Amino acid sequence: MSTERDPGVTPRLEARGLVKTFGHVVGLAGVSLELYPGEVLAIIGDNGAGKSTLIKCLSGALALDEGEILMDGVKVEFKSPVDARRAGIETVFQTLAVAPALDIASNLYLGREVRSAGPLGRILRKLDTRGMRSTARERLTELGIGTIQDMTQKVETLSGGQRQAVAVARAAAFGSKVVILDEPTAALGVRESGQVLSLVKRLRSQGLAIILISHNMPQVFEVADRIHIQRLGRCAGVITPHGYTMEEAVAIMTGATTLDA
Amino acid sequence: MRYLATPARLKVPAAARYAALGTAIAAAVATLAACGSGNAATGTGSNSTGTAAANAKGPVQVALILKDFTNPYFISMENSAKTDAAKLGVKLSVSAGSTDGDTSTQITAIDNAIAAGDAGIIITPNGNAVNPALDQAKAHHLLVIALDTVPTPPSTADLTYATDNFEAGQLIGQYTAKRLAGKPADIAMLDLFNNQVVSVDIDRDHGFLSGMGIPVGNSGLNGAEPKSGTYKGQLGGSGSYKIACQLPTQGAVPGGQTSMEQCLSKDPNINVVYAINEPAAEGAGAALKAAHKAGVIVAAIDGGCADIPYLSSGEMTVTAGQFPGKMAADGVDAIYALAKTGKKPTATPGLGFFNTGTELYTDSPISGVKSATTSAESGLCWQA
Amino acid sequence: MTAVIEPTGEVRPREELGARVQHALHRHPAIGPASVLVASVIVFSLINHRFLNAVNLSLLIQQVAVLATLAIGQTMIILTGGIDLSVGAAAILAQMVMAQTAANNGVPGVLAILFGIAVGAATGFINGFLVTRIKLPPFIVTLGTLSVYTSIGLRYSGGQSVYATSMPKFLIWTGNYVDIGPYQLTTGVIMMLVLFAVASFALTRTAWGRHVYSTGDDPEAARLSGIKTGRVLLSVYVTAGVIFGLAAWILIGRVGVASTNNLTNANLDSITAVVIGGTSLFGGRGAVLGTLFGALIVQVFQSGIALAGVQSLYQVLAEGILVIVAVALDQWIRKVRR
Repeated sequence: MSTERDPGVTPRLEARGLVKTFGHVVGLAGVSLELYPGEVLAIIGDNGAGKSTLIKCLSGALALDEGEILMDGVKVEFKSPVDARRAGIETVFQTLAVAPALDIASNLYLGREVRSAGPLGRILRKLDTRGMRSTARERLTELGIGTIQDMTQKVETLSGGQRQAVAVARAAAFGSKVVILDEPTAALGVRESGQVLSLVKRLRSQGLAIILISHNMPQVFEVADRIHIQRLGRCAGVITPHGYTMEEAVAIMTGATTLDA
Repeated sequence: MRYLATPARLKVPAAARYAALGTAIAAAVATLAACGSGNAATGTGSNSTGTAAANAKGPVQVALILKDFTNPYFISMENSAKTDAAKLGVKLSVSAGSTDGDTSTQITAIDNAIAAGDAGIIITPNGNAVNPALDQAKAHHLLVIALDTVPTPPSTADLTYATDNFEAGQLIGQYTAKRLAGKPADIAMLDLFNNQVVSVDIDRDHGFLSGMGIPVGNSGLNGAEPKSGTYKGQLGGSGSYKIACQLPTQGAVPGGQTSMEQCLSKDPNINVVYAINEPAAEGAGAALKAAHKAGVIVAAIDGGCADIPYLSSGEMTVTAGQFPGKMAADGVDAIYALAKTGKKPTATPGLGFFNTGTELYTDSPISGVKSATTSAESGLCWQA
Repeated sequence: MTAVIEPTGEVRPREELGARVQHALHRHPAIGPASVLVASVIVFSLINHRFLNAVNLSLLIQQVAVLATLAIGQTMIILTGGIDLSVGAAAILAQMVMAQTAANNGVPGVLAILFGIAVGAATGFINGFLVTRIKLPPFIVTLGTLSVYTSIGLRYSGGQSVYATSMPKFLIWTGNYVDIGPYQLTTGVIMMLVLFAVASFALTRTAWGRHVYSTGDDPEAARLSGIKTGRVLLSVYVTAGVIFGLAAWILIGRVGVASTNNLTNANLDSITAVVIGGTSLFGGRGAVLGTLFGALIVQVFQSGIALAGVQSLYQVLAEGILVIVAVALDQWIRKVRR
């Protein structure tokens, strides 16, 4: 596996020798990767190559059989997705995990609602709805999604791209260090996909470390800094979009060629 | 470095979950049924399926199968049957469903009675599901007696002992008409249901109207009578009437209360209330009290011991009593007579059942209308 | 240069009335039933002016108090995408425990009420446990527990009713009259209104409320957001059970006698009130205040039809039509235009 980074810099997220099996089916057969702040690492691979297994292990949804995960050089153990979130890893799932009947602000703060200051909040546990709404609007504006002005809009009234934007904003809004995006443009049209990719670039420029899973080669090559190719439970290589063409990447992915390094 | 195995969601396979619940529910139902059948069917252990009449040698065996063991109405049947059986030397076994509507326990009890060679079965059926079992009993020459409600179809039982609900209604209607003594009647009719047609509902309502001499309008429905006209009591008393309102009560206190309140809102001048049973009348009485209305004639049907205080206080004016105890005792007598003499009991002429009678109770008697006072009622009520 | 998500480029024409109504109902689901309530009050009072009498209106709200309270619990459960068919049976059981321990076992009034509420909470816990741990559908669970609680209630009470004269004053305290101007309410009615206010606050203004709605709306999304949906569901069922216990107390005060026959039809009637009140049977949508309007609408129709002198079976017809209209409206609101 080739890396093109200065070995002196500590990766934000590092995985070493991850192994995960399901009975006699091998999900991951010893996968390692490194992720640095301010970069987009795309993970590509054929079906069954182990992409989702890898992501689930990194986001705490699955337990590892072997291997270790380090955040900023410190070993961490995830017993549940909440642990991963607490460590600063946010995941945007393919299904988005937004509650359609709730409004944008509620969705942004789902699971981490903010209470009012003062006795109303402490004793009666009243929520600081206004505060959450204005913060939500700020966050969305920061991410360049300012055209959605009304935070009380129910998420189901939004277009697919806007919903994706809300989900991504939620992942980026709470001081996270790593954002994992699982097939973010799979269900979107061309224009909306473009909007999501712009958002990803914006997050990168804010210093987040981003893992992007996609099988859309043009989009991957447009936005990724490095591309981790997953094949048959192992890493078949890490390339850059500058050094290789899309056809070569696909060939490595399907095993037609191998990476020399 | 090995990771500790994280408890990935332990998924109990669907089949196991349903099996677990099925077992749990079956166990619960079995326990309740076992508790419900209390002193279960006969313990003679005899497996002979010889005809019942052949048991004329030993004591006559009778199975009493009630709806449930919790409604005092059926408890009075049980007590009365036990007393009568002791007098005659009849071996009585008593069982009941775990709740009103539980037919499976009753079916088991019927089967047990057949197996034990009982001479007859006395039953208050929880539903038509027991009919095949009763037919089987008849085929084995057991006498099948139904109590309180004529089964559907009536031929399921050899005979039914019940109150003539129409007659009960008539008695209170006659009393009311005479009591009014020519005053105009402003009537509230508080029935049982408005979304189904039940014989007891129709019979009592129509009985009351006919006792008052008011035409019924449609013999199959409640509420079809002319809303105003002249009443002509069967025992005297006539004048003008109007039906101020006609509402359902579900036969319970809250329904009686709410319906009476709505009737009073519509017409504050109501002076006659017909109620399907005593709980409904209690509710109506509470509403009348809250509205500070006095002098209203409240007529109901039941004759239960618990409602004697309402009669003495005047909150309820008159009630037509039933005799569930007599129904049960007569049933025991009938089976005993069949076993000893081979004679089958017969229905009251003109009716499809044996009329166990009804009697008027009131603490404000009127001459010309036969009635008993509450002190007499406390001795008689339900003949428990 | 900042990356901006561009607007989609359509120029939205002024929304037609239909779409505006749809959006308004989407935001505030209680508007629908509130309007129907106001309209029906107007219509019935035109038919018979007695409808607006202070006495009639006071009685109306007393008549609806018990059912409306039961419907609060039912609303919470339906919001999570569940349903409770054992509502009436649980309340009856609580009622009999309160009444009998006080009348027959000499338990002081306050303690008896607490026992009853505890029994209500226990029934809720059992329902919730079967739904969350054994993972059975709420419809089936509560269909079963309906029979179980009914039998236990009948067995425990022996079919006997307990009259107010045998009970300590505290048990019928909810029946005490409270005069407000020309209107006569009861403490039970006021308790019901307070419960609605508290429930509304909890559901709309606390994190727990958000979790309840999101669990009903999309349980997977809720779980992935770190919400412990199992715990939320269990808390909803237990809270509903407590509310059923309080409803039992209001019932004793209203009726003056504790009897197992006191809540016929309550199981289905509570669901009717919730549905007419605009809460969706599919979960995640609705407002508990809507349920108050729903229960009032049913009672207004009952009372209004009685006052109109129309045959009372038309009240049954009217209820059925109201339910169908409410569900159709819910479906229309869900078809949101983007």
